[in-house]
Amino acid sequence: MTGLRGEAAIIGIAELPAERRPTRPPLFTLDQYALLAKMVVEDAGVDPACVNGLLTHGVAESSMFAPATLCEYLGLALDFGERVDLGGATSAGMVWRAAAAVELGVCDAVLAVVPGSASVPQSQKNAPPAPNWYGASSNTYGSPQAEFEIPYGHVGQNAPYAQIAQRYAAEFGYDPAAVAKIAVDQRANACGHPGAVFHGTPITVEDVLTSPMIADPIHMLETVMRVHGGVGVLVANAEIARRARHRPVWITGFGEHIAFKTPTYAEDLLCTPIARAADKAFAMAGLSRSDVDVASIYDCYTITVLMSLEDAGFCAKGQGMSWVTDHDLTYRGDFPLNTAGGQLSFGQAGMAGGMHHVVDGARQIMGRAGDAQVRDCHTAFVTGNGGIMSEQVALLMRGD
Amino acid sequence: MSAEPRPVPEPTPVSRPFWDGLAQHRILVQYSPSLQRYVFYPRTLAPGSLADDLEWREIDGAGTLYTFTVARRPTGPPWADALPQLLAVVQWDAGPRISTELVQIDPSDIRIGMRVRPVFYDLPETGITLLKYRPE
Repeated sequence: MTGLRGEAAIIGIAELPAERRPTRPPLFTLDQYALLAKMVVEDAGVDPACVNGLLTHGVAESSMFAPATLCEYLGLALDFGERVDLGGATSAGMVWRAAAAVELGVCDAVLAVVPGSASVPQSQKNAPPAPNWYGASSNTYGSPQAEFEIPYGHVGQNAPYAQIAQRYAAEFGYDPAAVAKIAVDQRANACGHPGAVFHGTPITVEDVLTSPMIADPIHMLETVMRVHGGVGVLVANAEIARRARHRPVWITGFGEHIAFKTPTYAEDLLCTPIARAADKAFAMAGLSRSDVDVASIYDCYTITVLMSLEDAGFCAKGQGMSWVTDHDLTYRGDFPLNTAGGQLSFGQAGMAGGMHHVVDGARQIMGRAGDAQVRDCHTAFVTGNGGIMSEQVALLMRGD
Repeated sequence: MSAEPRPVPEPTPVSRPFWDGLAQHRILVQYSPSLQRYVFYPRTLAPGSLADDLEWREIDGAGTLYTFTVARRPTGPPWADALPQLLAVVQWDAGPRISTELVQIDPSDIRIGMRVRPVFYDLPETGITLLKYRPE
């Protein structure tokens, strides 16, 4: 089949430690981007002048022309610049776009950087923008959400994910303790990763089930903690990768599928887009599920992980709860998952949360995961998830 | 501190017949003869085929509960004094699904698959009627 040949690699990674309250001085997202770009280039050990591609989710200081603004600010002329708008799937979407651009020869090295701190300098002249509780919904006139969702209180992330979980429960049953175990195992992983916001604070299934109910059946400890951070990677061609400092993490397969915006309008709410995306990624990479040494699965909620494990083909549909119960998801276990804690236990640095999973997989293949290192780790499966399980990306990455 | 005002939908040139229908306690939904199915929410062209044949038809709005949640924390400041929110997705017998809110039911009695009927919920002084649901 057509697709990537595995000739582009992640060669540099950076992830700021998660902070509930910022200790770093406030930085504009432009400056956050620049800082993370410097970190990934230095991590790779290459000359910044080799960078001629750039991906961004956008910068808060410029609502338009984000790639050109960043190009000018960084002083790096670009042969490829793109803004990616896929919510939590943005980061994984950036990585395959970068790899495709490199393999096509469009450019040589691509920044895929996502600032993740809401602590930005405030103008003395202009009032700060009003807090926006619409989140991923649009309350702009003419938007379907403004007209048909928000007036009924269908807004935010908790309720629609809970609705998916309820539908899942009606079809397949629901074992709250099994689902909670996902959060518990990931917390154990966070305890092996010093940058995680919950490093040093293990939890039990009992803790999860006695934490406050947010929207039935989702408990507080099954939701993410917003943190300040920022994450990025540098993707480069084989020639640069061979000169770089670390073991290259080749991007060998991907799939992307966008199915809807609001779950109400999903054709089948229980068949998530990752099913198609993962099938394409595995076929492209010529790998099977059993080849995966580490998985980093987008985890805005425990239900997202459960359904992604099923739909990406690691276990049968409806069997996820017993599968999770039967497997050890920690970095020491038989199915290492979200080995840096995932967003549930590392923390979610806003839009950078998606890149946490990319870096988690790359860090393991590079052999740089410290106490949480998975032995003989050569193949990583990574997902991104945007909206309400409405747009998802799968990546397969391999070491030599 | 009192809650923020609830957001009120603003009909558009595309959706106006739907809201005008609700104001008369009737449910008007678009139908595509070439697709032979109803379409929701209102559009100018049929989804999938992009056929230019959408026409407004009246349905009775009866349906079954497709899914729901009981939100114990407000989904936004306007609902701070409206807990718990019974946020539901109803599948019309006519086909499409709609986001709505359940009323006249105890949260512990809600079951996916239960039969539900429309409740026309007039918002005073706005001319807008929301479409909520209660058990049959």
